[in-house]
Amino acid sequence: MRWRIDDIFPIEDGQVPEEPTSVLLDDGVISAIGSSAEGAQADQVSDGERQWLVPGLIDLNCHLREPGPDRKGSVATETLAAARGGVTSVCTVPDTSPVNDSGAVTHLIQDLARRNGRVRVQPVGAMTRGLAGEHLSDMASLAGAGCVALGNAGYATLNARVMRRCMAYARTFDLKLFIQPENPALAADGCAHDGVMAARLGLPGIPEVAETTAVNELLMLAAETEVRLHLGPLSCARSVDLVRAARESGQAVTCDVGITHLVATEGSIDGYEGIFHCRPPLRTELDRQALIEGVESGVIDAIVSQHRPTDRAAKQAPFADTEPGLSTVESLLSLGLGLVNEGALSLEKLLAALTAGPARILDQPEPSLEAGSPADFFLLTPDRSWRVEPASLLSSGKHAPTLGMELPGVVTLTTLAGRIVYQV
Amino acid sequence: MAESNASLQLTPDGNLRHFLSIDGLDQALLTRILDTADSFIEVGERSIKKVPLLRGRTVVNLFFEPSTRTRSTFELAAKRLSADVLNLDIGTSATSKGETLSDTLLNLRAMASDMFVIRHAQSGAPHFIARSVTPDVAIINAGDGQHAHPTQAMLDMLTIRQHKQTFSGLRVAIVGDIQHSRVARSQIRALNTLGVDEVRLVAPYTLLPNRPEVLGARVFSRMEEGLKGVDVIIMLRLQRERMEGALLPSESEFYRMYGLTEEKLRHAAPDALVMHPGPINRGVEIESSVADGPQSVILGQVTNGIAIRMAVMSMAMSGQLGERQSEHGEGAQAS
Repeated sequence: MRWRIDDIFPIEDGQVPEEPTSVLLDDGVISAIGSSAEGAQADQVSDGERQWLVPGLIDLNCHLREPGPDRKGSVATETLAAARGGVTSVCTVPDTSPVNDSGAVTHLIQDLARRNGRVRVQPVGAMTRGLAGEHLSDMASLAGAGCVALGNAGYATLNARVMRRCMAYARTFDLKLFIQPENPALAADGCAHDGVMAARLGLPGIPEVAETTAVNELLMLAAETEVRLHLGPLSCARSVDLVRAARESGQAVTCDVGITHLVATEGSIDGYEGIFHCRPPLRTELDRQALIEGVESGVIDAIVSQHRPTDRAAKQAPFADTEPGLSTVESLLSLGLGLVNEGALSLEKLLAALTAGPARILDQPEPSLEAGSPADFFLLTPDRSWRVEPASLLSSGKHAPTLGMELPGVVTLTTLAGRIVYQV
Repeated sequence: MAESNASLQLTPDGNLRHFLSIDGLDQALLTRILDTADSFIEVGERSIKKVPLLRGRTVVNLFFEPSTRTRSTFELAAKRLSADVLNLDIGTSATSKGETLSDTLLNLRAMASDMFVIRHAQSGAPHFIARSVTPDVAIINAGDGQHAHPTQAMLDMLTIRQHKQTFSGLRVAIVGDIQHSRVARSQIRALNTLGVDEVRLVAPYTLLPNRPEVLGARVFSRMEEGLKGVDVIIMLRLQRERMEGALLPSESEFYRMYGLTEEKLRHAAPDALVMHPGPINRGVEIESSVADGPQSVILGQVTNGIAIRMAVMSMAMSGQLGERQSEHGEGAQAS
């Protein structure tokens, strides 16, 4: 089928063209864009109403909570939420229940995605068996089953020896490791950044050094084992400094940051707001500024949602007892656009960190609107806004840190290989 | 922080409706609590020690963490106010049966409770209950995690005022395990709000929060310097488990460096008060002769505890009832 959408502004490299144009799709592939598409004969023609046409976003860190307790989220609900946020590809975190540490679980996730998924689902496998941090998982088999990387999902590894062996083994098969850096002994029992708010609220803290010493150790181990290492989400200014220094010395390490860490700080947990309880914790304004700067300068390759839906009961408890996690995949792009609107981040870098950056980390083609690209894109009304309310969220996780906020940018239509997967 | 705590704890016209933390309460309100407590001290001296302020009201003492002294002073305070009192030591039993904190509370509210006195091991538990579970029941914080123990702090303030008359000009040193002390956090806030000259924290860095200065105090590592010229010394209780967590080498070294001995006491002002929220570890935090000495007001602190708890219970109940009436009134107008 041929489908033409007229009167759209194609956004490539963060540039908004001066004049609107058309795009032509043929069987799920963009066959022409720009003057060659304008007026082309088609089976179906839509009016783009002068909206932006943007390549679909890739989220490297998104929990779908399936398989797992079904009241927290499912492939069906969370991929719909992703599509609503302009995300057309999600990497699932392996801390499902059961843990994605075998080909059978990977196949189950892929099967659920085929049946119920709205967007591309790319499983990340567990680096150790059961994520227990003691025994290597069947990494090569997991990769063979379709896992795009192996990770620790924020879980501790018993010691540096196990980590070093994970890296050496992964390197054997040229597998990528996604590691959330945290020194378990330093983070033990903590639930908030060990700073001003933890001191005032009397909450056990997670010090900055819990992350920075882990980043340091992981960089050293990766340099020695030559594994392809991706670190994230990062939360500290000094972690960005460490990655920058490693890159400057020639080490091929990549990293990401969660969107919430770019817009919120430890101050958000004032009044024991469990909705902001997340790992790594939200830190200081200096950290937030350094993380934004890291995205702008390119040291940070990707922005992730860190979406982790949960049910209301899990957030209804005293702060430390609430389940960590943020419901964010629907607000990922809008929060980023908010940073662009306030001049903190350029549109170019925002979109790069949501498309080209994560694609490079996954060794996949960069999302593009050029002729020949798969028709994974969305239409966005940048000057409209939406209000985040429990009822307006499509995710099963109603505990968004953005609740009550008016966010810029409304996605009106999302396509995956030319098929409409979300429409207002 | 102060703002959000104020809106949660106060009625729109500025009366207490929950007592969760000292944060967000101003000097006038803290002074009103002290004055009200003063008036209740006289009740304790009568042969019939009761006033009818809470007659017909049900107060539930909900202790999710064991406590004898705090619970019994709350119980006595409620009884002297003529309330019906229910004591529940929940410990971990309800949660081990799978019941959530919210469900436990909602069940108790269904029994027509008017006030919950809550002790909980998690910081912020009373805030959570007042905000999200039972906002229409007056909540009194009897100690939450490492966060706050506001009635303990206020009874200490009452003791200080009885001996020093005023707070302005006072220098106060708090010595010991600040990091794990909900009492210290509440005391620092109360002392600053009531207008003391200076609050000092004396502790090794392992027993201080990462950012101690945000609490509103000066930090001293050496006891002798920290005590120099102070008018009040508050010694905190040292928990045994601090030695296991590699926070301190030994009780004897702690006593040598931070124990209040007669010798160290000489660095303070000659009429300095010695206080301790109890129970005291003789020979760990404090020398026996100091604990029992002429400058010690440790026992007076206990008797003031009942008066302070009567004060906050009666004030919060009246604020909460006023709130219920005005809501009821608005509802009636709307219909």
